[in-house]
Amino acid sequence: MQFSVLVDIRLRGGISDPAGATVERALPVLGYEGIVGVTVGKTIRFTIEAADAEAARVAAAELTESFLTNPVIEDADLTVEPISPESDT
Amino acid sequence: MSTVIGVVVFPGTNCEMDAVEAVDGLGGTGRLLWHGDDDLSGVDAVIVPGGFAHGDYLRPGAIARFSPAMEAVARFATAGGPVVGICNGFQVLTEAGLLPGALQKNSGLKFLCRPATVRVETTNSSLTGSASVGAELSIPINHFEGNYTCDERTLEQLRDEDRIVLRYVGNPNGSIDDIAGVCNEARNVVGLMPHPERACNELLGSTDGSVLIRSLLEAAA
Repeated sequence: MQFSVLVDIRLRGGISDPAGATVERALPVLGYEGIVGVTVGKTIRFTIEAADAEAARVAAAELTESFLTNPVIEDADLTVEPISPESDT
Repeated sequence: MSTVIGVVVFPGTNCEMDAVEAVDGLGGTGRLLWHGDDDLSGVDAVIVPGGFAHGDYLRPGAIARFSPAMEAVARFATAGGPVVGICNGFQVLTEAGLLPGALQKNSGLKFLCRPATVRVETTNSSLTGSASVGAELSIPINHFEGNYTCDERTLEQLRDEDRIVLRYVGNPNGSIDDIAGVCNEARNVVGLMPHPERACNELLGSTDGSVLIRSLLEAAA
């Protein structure tokens, strides 16, 4: 079965986010008020072949931990969804 | 025979010849090592030079650390061999887990390319054995992601174990505790963002980097 994986990567709490801070500072200048907590991260999408959703999640999590993120500075959330038509999960 | 320092070349590395020139100019022999080779050809020390290995895609150093050459560098480092990562090389060594912490975007979000002043904080490392504690060196920086960061516990450990090798005088990039370079526990692996290999010739405006490259040659001999 194939699963689509979305990896949502952001800087860990306590790690400074100069890109997010710069965007946030620019907002009032552009007329956008009342917006706080801007963070800039990245997303990675891919398709993975696995026996079931749990196996897909485990494999994607291992890949995320070992390669797609640097756990010293980054956290990630995974979204795993079946894309095969015969899927029953 | 002179001391041979291997300089690892990845696709996208761009400071390898600067490193070779600096080593050669100080009486050593610089030898290029291809990232695809799982063999350091018996070199006495290794420099992982600056540039944009594998385009810095994903994160600086993230892809480079899986190179066969990096496996060989890790074995060499574990055996006590002197290894220095400069700029992108520092990023590669942190990604490879050979040095603690990580390098994130400069706090000012600007690519910085200018001379920086760094202070030697310890002479107990493969890069600073011939330097003097407190010496201030003018060495160029050339990076966008040079903002060193690590967790509090790691920072305490680096301080307690005298593993902060160089600090900036006038922090250019937001690095925690003004850190410009650190070493591993065994003190044979050093990473730094400034480029000492580009400060080894009067023509380049400073020869302050020579004492660091000379220290590496001595550590390797």
